[in-house]
Amino acid sequence: MRLVWLLLFVPLAAVAWVPFYNRTAPQLSGFPFFYWYQLLWVPITSFLTYIVYRKTRDDS
Amino acid sequence: MTADIDWAALAVFVFFFALVTVLGFAAAHWRRPKTLAHLDEWGLGGRQFGTWITWFLIGGDIYTAYTMIAVPALVYAVGAYGFFAVPYTILVYPFVFAVMPLLWKVAKDNNYVTAGDVVYGRYGCRPLELAVALTGVIATMPYIALQLVGMEAVIEALGIKGELPLVAAFLILALYTYSSGLRAPALIAFVKDTMIYIVVLAAVVLVPYKLGGYGAVFEAAGAAFKAKGSGGLLLAPAQYASYVSVALGSALALFMYPHALTGILACRSADTIRKNAILLPAYSIVLALVALMGLMGHAAGLKLTNNNEVVPLLFKILFPGWFAGFAFAAIAIGALVPAAIMSIGAANLFTRNFWKAYINPDVTHAGEAAVAKIASLAVKAGALLVILFLPTQFALDLQLLGGIWILQIFPAVIFGLYTGWFRAYGLLLGWAAGILCGSWLVWLNNFKPLHTLQAGSASITLYSGLLALAVNIAVAILVTAVLGRAARRDGKFARAG
Repeated sequence: MRLVWLLLFVPLAAVAWVPFYNRTAPQLSGFPFFYWYQLLWVPITSFLTYIVYRKTRDDS
Repeated sequence: MTADIDWAALAVFVFFFALVTVLGFAAAHWRRPKTLAHLDEWGLGGRQFGTWITWFLIGGDIYTAYTMIAVPALVYAVGAYGFFAVPYTILVYPFVFAVMPLLWKVAKDNNYVTAGDVVYGRYGCRPLELAVALTGVIATMPYIALQLVGMEAVIEALGIKGELPLVAAFLILALYTYSSGLRAPALIAFVKDTMIYIVVLAAVVLVPYKLGGYGAVFEAAGAAFKAKGSGGLLLAPAQYASYVSVALGSALALFMYPHALTGILACRSADTIRKNAILLPAYSIVLALVALMGLMGHAAGLKLTNNNEVVPLLFKILFPGWFAGFAFAAIAIGALVPAAIMSIGAANLFTRNFWKAYINPDVTHAGEAAVAKIASLAVKAGALLVILFLPTQFALDLQLLGGIWILQIFPAVIFGLYTGWFRAYGLLLGWAAGILCGSWLVWLNNFKPLHTLQAGSASITLYSGLLALAVNIAVAILVTAVLGRAARRDGKFARAG
């Protein structure tokens, strides 16, 4: 078990803490924070998964 | 037929529908198998789909027509809470990345086609296999029915009345699924997903442009929620826990559904699945943008009789007829792909875990394929009858229950990949407890999937499916502890014939 697998839990932490992102400001081109923050976590999650993929590709 | 049929829209719609029908039948010859008379070929497309085909197939499979209609409808109705579809699809792919390659490998090595096969191979327990298979079939039926609701919404928007077009569309779907198996939705998914991407791209750029920008869209929606006195652009503090728990529960449940699992087992390699866990989130962006169309509905000042009309009406009033027809075709075809895969997944379960297990254990490969093809027809006929003769609310309630039920097979299907500790009867009793507890909670809360736990003055509202899963796991652990850990076949899977 390699520590890099823990990266897969980061998105859970990011969306589980609702009070952090349940707000309007700062806005991004008209989007309240609530919406663009969660939208942003889609590609971030994909990128984190990619890192885990690269680091574990040659295991087993 | 009424006078308000938009002929340009209808022509474009019919053209694309005809195109995918031809593709559906031609798919039998695509990547020519030696024979389609084998469940691996008919039901899993030969287990040879690579990264790109899988990306289109699973994307087309889980981002369904119903999703494209119902998620914006929920956002239109309640605002921020409907956005749970986004954290849901954020959480699902890390899970797929970590777990599904293991499941794929076990299935590939041992010739499994269904979740029921996996469970029987692991525990050698027919009742547990039946529980898993039955849950899969029952949870899938209303899901197929709801694809029809999605299709109905766009056919109505075209100005066509009556149920004949719906019946015709489903009949065509049933026939090419029968003849081509999983290859049909795989090939059609290319068309469907490309169309969806075009439509969504146009919508997220042009609709806000016509409505005065995203700032104006959010402002108008916020004002509409305030005027209505319910819903809002942000969550109420009481909604925090339910928002996250519904997202998490849905994420864990999604790949327990037969249609999602079928897409996984049809992959060529474990690496295909890992790459898709990285690439599939592209669809989640699309879903998030589609969800925002619920807010655009407020900005456009739509007056709806049914919230499901929000997406079709936006296209109808903001776009030229031909493009609205294109968008409607994308959504209708978006119903065909998942409906085909769902019926194939349910048919595979029936064939392997009921027919082969109880009726004819010596069934040949060709016999399995023949049974599955008939079963796929029966499943679709059942879904059509539900929509034609029962109120839509019945399918909606059953779908809600189905989501909670399917989550209860999670321990039986997944835990065995990691540990030999659990006993089959522990998992079976856990499953039964989860199903009963989940159903009871839904009934208690008037068919809402949320339940409020009270402890003194503190209270927390959570997804009932997740609460039921906790009960399920607790019972499984307790019973296994009482029975003592399984002695037999530690950590081994038995091959299926």
